[in-house]
Amino acid sequence: MRVTRSSALLGLALAAGASLVAALAIGSVHLPAGDLVAALSGTSAPGADIVLGLRAPRALSGFAVGATLALSGALLQGLLRNPLADPYILGISGGAAVAALAALAAGVGAAWVQGAAMLGALMTLALLFLLARRSLYSIDMTGAGQAAGSVLLTGVMLASLAAALMSLMLTLAPDGRLRSMMFWLLGDLSGSTDLLPALFALSLAGVLLVVGLADARSLNLMLRGDLQAYTQGVRVDVTRRRLVLVAAVATACAVTLGGAVGFVGFVAPHLVRMLIGNDQRALLPASMLLGGTLVVVADTIARTAFAPLQLPVGVLTALIGAPVFLWFLGRR
Amino acid sequence: MEHALLRLDRVTLRTVQRVLIDSVSLPIELGQRWAVLGPNGAGKSTLLAAIAGARAVDDGTVQLGGHDVAALAADALARQRALLTDRWMDPFASSVLDTVLTARYVFRDETEAHAAARGWLQRFDCEALADRDVRRLSRGERQRVAIATALAQDTPLVLLDEPTAHQDPRHQALVIAELTALPGRAVVASLHDLNAATRFASHALLVWGDGRWTGGPAIEVLTAALLSDLFATPITRVESGDEVFFHVHRRAA
Repeated sequence: MRVTRSSALLGLALAAGASLVAALAIGSVHLPAGDLVAALSGTSAPGADIVLGLRAPRALSGFAVGATLALSGALLQGLLRNPLADPYILGISGGAAVAALAALAAGVGAAWVQGAAMLGALMTLALLFLLARRSLYSIDMTGAGQAAGSVLLTGVMLASLAAALMSLMLTLAPDGRLRSMMFWLLGDLSGSTDLLPALFALSLAGVLLVVGLADARSLNLMLRGDLQAYTQGVRVDVTRRRLVLVAAVATACAVTLGGAVGFVGFVAPHLVRMLIGNDQRALLPASMLLGGTLVVVADTIARTAFAPLQLPVGVLTALIGAPVFLWFLGRR
Repeated sequence: MEHALLRLDRVTLRTVQRVLIDSVSLPIELGQRWAVLGPNGAGKSTLLAAIAGARAVDDGTVQLGGHDVAALAADALARQRALLTDRWMDPFASSVLDTVLTARYVFRDETEAHAAARGWLQRFDCEALADRDVRRLSRGERQRVAIATALAQDTPLVLLDEPTAHQDPRHQALVIAELTALPGRAVVASLHDLNAATRFASHALLVWGDGRWTGGPAIEVLTAALLSDLFATPITRVESGDEVFFHVHRRAA
């Protein structure tokens, strides 16, 4: 099942818009369409505070989380030439999680947890560049794909180390804080109550997409091996460093906002590849639209299905994503 | 003499254990077709990679269009030379046509690129494969797509590592015929089939893998004596009509 790129992008953009409107309209307080429009256009209407104060930040945060995770997943699957790669494979999110769990265990506020997550992600990124510098600063001319493999192995080791530290902290943390820590690990958007971080994340996602798109043609060639891309004119080492950085910042942005939301970053690029193929110039924006939509839909269900109980969105993304992925796989 | 397309100047290639090629100096001109022959592991692929700028030489210089390849950027090199390697990676689905189109990276002419790509596919009997997934091709088909890709890069220098690998007799003859019909280019190809080499080459470079080499016009270099020594196997020359063949005998006990 292949569709043209422009129609796929248009369809995904419409789906993204629809998911955002639905996320604003649906909730424990029912809002008629008229009130929704009034609230969005700035007039003081009944429910305006719900739409703008609660649902809008959460929906936009969800979209930013999904979009950045999908961008990161698409880039890393290409850079590492590994269809199983996801945004968490290089340990960036593991580093963020260690720092965030430490902040949660200390019982500080949500802003501090987000700050800690960002700091943890950036420190892990620095560590990755330090440890994998030989691969990141060279071109693999043997044609065997060792440079990408070595970056992957370094990242996997960092992720394992982070996982061990997380287990240690979960074991030692006071019982009262365990629930919030578990929620963070599963991916949770209930902390997203401010419009400002959501808008910042969305603009960051836009910047990352622009940077990524500038290298999309090069990445198309790098999929087929360093040596092949180099002989065809790609500056492989520079491009790889830049795109690893884009993917890592995207992951850091996502986990800072929403914790470790699973599965979106893995599945969104694959679904898009099945639809329109693997040209990175279309894959990157399409994956972001789909990833964002998937998280917004999942989070809307997560906060309404068992209301007033709220589920962590990460549970829903995998619950929806895995069957959809299997259905697509079966249809091919 | 002044403006050879490619000039190897005292190029030496070593591995950790031994000298592969010791101080080879050669001019390679447009219109020439060089066959590189030698036993397995003698350094043929290493030499091609060094000429392509993908591997540093251990001594000497490789000059391409008057410039040291070590000093040229990837995109400048890509306009001067294409390299067919003996290994390719296809981790994701991709159509054959898109694969050939990767050769046009340094050009930014999408419509012309499509015509050129289809033209090269046709010359290598792959036009029917254009929309197929490269991962589902046979090795021989994939190899011909890779050759078409290298030629679609439209470079004056074409470096091919075993272009006839995996080809059935008909396609081996086709590949050799197409490679001898590339006016205005210089082609350097490593080959194992001596008869394919004689049909293809205007010049030949023999590398023994212990530092020794000899290079020059095919008629002087592709002799039974030199080839027998090169492969440490008795090889005789057979003439049939106006064609020349080499017959490889079982090694004397």
